[in-house]
Amino acid sequence: MNKRIMTVDDFAGIRHMVSATLQEAGYEVVEAKDGRDALSKLESTQVDMVITDLNMPNLDGIGLVEDMRANMAYKFIPIIMLTTESRDSQKQKCKFAGVTGWLSKPFKPEQLLTTVRKVLG
Amino acid sequence: MIDVHREAYREEARELLVELESSLLDLEERPDDKELIGRVFRAMHTIKGSGAMFGFDDIAGFTHQIETVYDRVRQGEIPVTKELINLTLTAKDIIKSMLDEDPQCEAPEGLTPSGVEDAFKRLVAKDEAVNPPKSPAFAAQPEGASLPPFQTATCRIRFAPQREIFLNGTNPIMLLNELRSQGECEIVAHTELVPPIKEINPEYCYTYWDVILTTDRGIDAVKDVFIFVEDQCDLKMEIIDYQSDEDAGENHKRLGEILVEKGDLGREDLQKILSEKKYLGEILVGKGLITPGKVEAALVEQEHLRTIREKAKTKDEPAASIRVPAEKLDILVNLVGELVTVQARLSQTASLLQNVDVASIAEEVERLTEELRDNTLNIRMLPIGTTFGRFKRLVRDLSQELGKEIELTTEGEETELDKTVIEQLNDPLVHLIRNCVDHGIESPETRVANNKPPAGIIHLSASHSGAHVVIRIRDDGKGLDKEVLLTKAVEKGFIHSNTELTEKEIFNLIFLPGFSTAQSVTNVSGRGVGMDVVKRAMATLRGTIEISSEKGTGTLVTIKLPLTLAIVEGLLVAISNQYFVLPLSIVEECVELTEEDTKKSHGRNTAHIRGELVPYIRLRKEFAVPGKPPAIEQIVVTGHNGDRIGFVVDNVIGEHQTVIKNLGRLYKDVEGISGATILGDGTVALIVDVPKLIDKAIQTEERYN
Repeated sequence: MNKRIMTVDDFAGIRHMVSATLQEAGYEVVEAKDGRDALSKLESTQVDMVITDLNMPNLDGIGLVEDMRANMAYKFIPIIMLTTESRDSQKQKCKFAGVTGWLSKPFKPEQLLTTVRKVLG
Repeated sequence: MIDVHREAYREEARELLVELESSLLDLEERPDDKELIGRVFRAMHTIKGSGAMFGFDDIAGFTHQIETVYDRVRQGEIPVTKELINLTLTAKDIIKSMLDEDPQCEAPEGLTPSGVEDAFKRLVAKDEAVNPPKSPAFAAQPEGASLPPFQTATCRIRFAPQREIFLNGTNPIMLLNELRSQGECEIVAHTELVPPIKEINPEYCYTYWDVILTTDRGIDAVKDVFIFVEDQCDLKMEIIDYQSDEDAGENHKRLGEILVEKGDLGREDLQKILSEKKYLGEILVGKGLITPGKVEAALVEQEHLRTIREKAKTKDEPAASIRVPAEKLDILVNLVGELVTVQARLSQTASLLQNVDVASIAEEVERLTEELRDNTLNIRMLPIGTTFGRFKRLVRDLSQELGKEIELTTEGEETELDKTVIEQLNDPLVHLIRNCVDHGIESPETRVANNKPPAGIIHLSASHSGAHVVIRIRDDGKGLDKEVLLTKAVEKGFIHSNTELTEKEIFNLIFLPGFSTAQSVTNVSGRGVGMDVVKRAMATLRGTIEISSEKGTGTLVTIKLPLTLAIVEGLLVAISNQYFVLPLSIVEECVELTEEDTKKSHGRNTAHIRGELVPYIRLRKEFAVPGKPPAIEQIVVTGHNGDRIGFVVDNVIGEHQTVIKNLGRLYKDVEGISGATILGDGTVALIVDVPKLIDKAIQTEERYN
């Protein structure tokens, strides 16, 4: 069965680009527009991986990761954070929250796929 | 697709800008509202980040400055002032004009993007006296295009993740798999830290791994594998071997050295143990100095290096293949043919001279010649795969043209055949495959109606069978309808309506010239000029072709070909003082034919062989050899397309391996002879074209009937 990935971003353009890239590579994709939307969709949909933006209204990326890691059901789901910053302090923050990996914007579709494969196998 | 995304970006960014404007105006009234500041920051952040992804680099670069400022505002480092709000509003207008890519409305109040940028920079600068500027977070990532090629190196990696690694969603196995994909890789898992089952916390990772990896992608690529976990694991990585080490050749590291090098074992301990002269690994484990896993890892490393070095050694040898024009090979084969002939003469002369010295030399020459001949012929052998490959395209194009769904599967592409055979095989195979596509496989609708999958399959396979290569073409189409074949044959006057035919004979009707059962002539096939041509081509290649089929389930065409055309294993026979060669592959047995037998059959040219009636052809009569046949003649019984037919000769001399010579232009049209060969004493023996003679006899017979 195809692996299912959730992409979380408040900006539809990015969401669509990520979805299109992943679908072309054979993954199933669920979209969510922010952290809160992601959490509510996770309740009804099982996913193998989450790709989330950092800065979002309602619930940001860090908040989403922290919530997910605190929940038994999502504790071990790999999460990739999309950031515009390559600052170490920010990575540390992500890492501390429980992010599996990160990808700096701007990225090319191939870079996204490489990262997904790295984490999802 | 990119354009769609760009358009989506524009639209969304415009909405964001409208939102940004209202947030800014609100912020002017309530400068301390954290929520509002956050909103402005997020808007800038999104415009910047997404802008760069969709190619709006100017917007991204410009917005980056503003975002940096607002990040600090957010942290409380810079206060919200009227000046800031004004500047941001101008910036917003500039971004909008950049988005619209409309030069007219650029710089509303005479401010250029760089001017605004500078103004923002000034704002930051006030603060930057205290905090040194950050390195630009926005540096373009280096393109990997022009990286220098890496040296092949072997590295030793110990990857010991923290116990909590799973909690970040990391699966260490994925990392190990990624390492595996980078080159030759051996992995040993150390499990000695796994506690007894009662104490296990299933959310912890207790295992660590030793990896030996030989890769040519460079150490940075290896480090990149662990980029997400570098601070969550204990990672040791060192290069232990470069393949280019000139003196690395023979000296493999000893187990003890490896263990000491890796810090798993102290040098003094090693020295002490070595004096005891037993298997080091066993002793170390026995004494509890080291765990079995570590010894295993070291042994694996030793073995890995050994194989890698051996491989490197073989790789260094000069190029594995060279390209030579085909004519050169043909000349070589011809020369070898001459040599074989001369060698046969030498052997014969030597046996006549009865000189031991000459005989031993002749034997030596014979052995060498044979080896030379086999090797030379081998050079011309090519895998049939290239020919198969071409058919994929053929089937694809044809099936599209005819509105059918057909998949071509192949098997045994590596089967080797003489180059000349392969060349001459192409056209007949094309014909057979066209037939499968056109007549064999039904249209998708018909197939579905007959409970078949809509896509038909044509399977092409090649395999060795003794000195022959068997090529099979199987389709799962509608098969051959015997009734239709019979009706057609009667209609066209090939057979009488009351003729009883076996299944095989019915299928063989297809090979008759002018026979076609297709309802309509398409431009793919069906003109009835196909199968007889195919059959003739097979005969020229000294091969045979057979068809079997079951109505509704498909057809199987089997082609049997000799490995090479240059040499024939023949049976040498004599009529009076003339020699002939019959291809041994179709010879089944030899029996005597006495004058008495001939009389008994009342001139009907048939012989009883173990209860079976076998028709025969008298080669003496066929080739008009003068003289009287001996009292006891020989019948060489051949099997051809399932029929047994005998050839009557005076004498069977024996097996003879023959290099085939063409008969030259003058004798090109001689029927019943396919070539010639030169015997040891210099005489010429003609090679009998058995299928041709049989066809001729059958035709004569039919005319009499």
